[in-house]
Amino acid sequence: MKTIASLGLGLLMTSALTAAQADDVKIGMITTLSGGGSHLGVDVRDGFMLAIEQSGRDDIEVLIQDDANRPDLARSLSDEFMQRDNVDILTGLIWSNLAMAVVPAAVRQGTFYISPNAGPSALAGRQCHENYFNVAWQNDNLHEAMGAYMREQGFERPILLAPNYPAGTDALAGFKYRYEGEVVDEIYTQMGQNDYAAEIAQIRASDADSLFFFLPGGMGISFMKQYENSGVELPLFGAAFSFDEIIIQAVGSAAIGTMNTSQWAYDLDNDANRAFVDSFREAYERTPTLYASQGFDSANLILSALDKAHPSDQDAFREALREADFDSVRGKFRFGDNHHPIQDIYVREVVEGENGQPTNRLVGLAIEDIQDVYAADCQM
Amino acid sequence: MHDVTATLFFEQLLNGLQLGTMLFLMASGLTLVFGVMGLINLAHGSFYMVGAYVTALATASTGSFLVGLCAGVLAAAAVGALVELLVIRRLYHRPHLDQVLATFALILIFSEGTRWLFGSSPLWLSPPEMLRGFVTLPGGVRYPLYRLVIIAVGVVVAIGLYLLIARTRLGMRIRAGESDREMIGALGVNIARLYTLIFAMGAALAGLAGAMVGALQSVQVGMGEPVLILAFVVIVIGGIGSIKGALFGAILVGVVDTMGRVFLPSLFRNFMSPSEAAGVGSAVAAMLVYILMAIILAFKPKGLFAAHG
Repeated sequence: MKTIASLGLGLLMTSALTAAQADDVKIGMITTLSGGGSHLGVDVRDGFMLAIEQSGRDDIEVLIQDDANRPDLARSLSDEFMQRDNVDILTGLIWSNLAMAVVPAAVRQGTFYISPNAGPSALAGRQCHENYFNVAWQNDNLHEAMGAYMREQGFERPILLAPNYPAGTDALAGFKYRYEGEVVDEIYTQMGQNDYAAEIAQIRASDADSLFFFLPGGMGISFMKQYENSGVELPLFGAAFSFDEIIIQAVGSAAIGTMNTSQWAYDLDNDANRAFVDSFREAYERTPTLYASQGFDSANLILSALDKAHPSDQDAFREALREADFDSVRGKFRFGDNHHPIQDIYVREVVEGENGQPTNRLVGLAIEDIQDVYAADCQM
Repeated sequence: MHDVTATLFFEQLLNGLQLGTMLFLMASGLTLVFGVMGLINLAHGSFYMVGAYVTALATASTGSFLVGLCAGVLAAAAVGALVELLVIRRLYHRPHLDQVLATFALILIFSEGTRWLFGSSPLWLSPPEMLRGFVTLPGGVRYPLYRLVIIAVGVVVAIGLYLLIARTRLGMRIRAGESDREMIGALGVNIARLYTLIFAMGAALAGLAGAMVGALQSVQVGMGEPVLILAFVVIVIGGIGSIKGALFGAILVGVVDTMGRVFLPSLFRNFMSPSEAAGVGSAVAAMLVYILMAIILAFKPKGLFAAHG
């Protein structure tokens, strides 16, 4: 933790000294650093700052604020960043409901927004905007890939579980789109819920043959621990959000054997990724999650565009972002017309690692070159 | 299909009961502190968190959940006593707004302090090996053993509290304190010590709840606040200051909340599309306990078992 703090502080101080220069770039990061599920925001921030540090540039100032997972706070922080600090670029939001509160207003006012995580369907489709870029995925992507994978594996009666918020409904919609068959039931839970006894009883009472769930952050930990001891034995499937390294280590043995889809894995074999995983482990003494990889890619995308243009030259900078001229840790990466990635999605299995702790292992490709279905609704 | 619904209903009833007993552990301390000392303590959820964290750490270092649990409860009691001596003691004669402000500050201090010490990743804590898995109840319902144990612990604590308050000298003083604070002081009871004791006892019960639920859910910063809100609903429904009210209120809230979450979405499904029904149903389910509270307060403004008549 100390390294991160001094790293951030160092950056702020060096940039404060040079703040007078007109061509400096200000980036405002609003992310979730406190409350349940804050490890997502911490990892996005750490991945992002690692890339900025590795670039060695001293003309970039990153201002970081905690939104505490509150839409109203995120909104006022974004106003503060744009009006008081005159930031060129906003980034950092984790949760889709917060993104919906911040992004449409921010991009309309001429600020660039680079999303390292949240990718709600509205922003990929009808409300897409030329100043909005998503480096992670459209929310549906990983769920769609799991739908395709489960269909291929021959499961016939899945039951679905997700929290009742934009990314939760997107998740189940995405799953059903590629699964194409009938699902037994869809259960929606409250956001931030920690006790799943009622939902597990419903799953038990159904005649499903498999369970697909989307419970990011601490919700997934609680659910899997309770599921293990419930006597329900349906195989578990989900997107990587419920199976990041931090979650599965907190869950323990209950996670082993579960399958999940991800656009990135720490054992994905390419040069950029090996360098990233090694340097992240060295800097923060833990294995990066997909969120850290997304933070890292977001910063590298911004850096690649800054090499070509300054954000004040909006058209040139936007064009540079569109080119996505950086080495993504996922391997190949490009943007579709709606500024959302077209990318491969992989399947990972949770296995027992060398130290006895559960860890993700890459199994194979779930779906190649997936593009979100909302791109067709986007008029830019 | 009829059979499935019956077992589902029975299992949900147990789930409601289990949530209710946990809420009772939280609410009993809260209601005693309010009833006897007239203090609104928002920081009660922090003792829940302290209990869970200390249990997780002690279990990890000793390997025994039972030792961890004892350590967690004792630590919560000790922190409770310390907080009473250092902060709460100065608040008894202040208006409720000051109490709310000061105890809210305590929440922030405890949350940030815990984050500073242990980071924001959740800690690992699981039920002990012998309490894992499920049991098959008469009627063929499979139910997690650990949840049954939680219900049993809640029942034991409820009986223990009843005996303590109805049959012991300490209980007599507590009851006296609820009826007339000045008078028991005038009668020569050491009020300061009584208050510290009650506060520590409430904190210990919250710590016990946190430790047991922590093994079921996740041990993380801010875990106490959602429970605290429900516990306040419980004591308002039950009647502030009444242990009996806390018990009935807790079970009522536990059962209504659990049943609502499951059966409302399927009720709405009769006249809506499945995804809409799920959305509207779970939204209404989230409000259900507050609607219940509003209805009860409309007919019984002092709650079901008002302590002061």
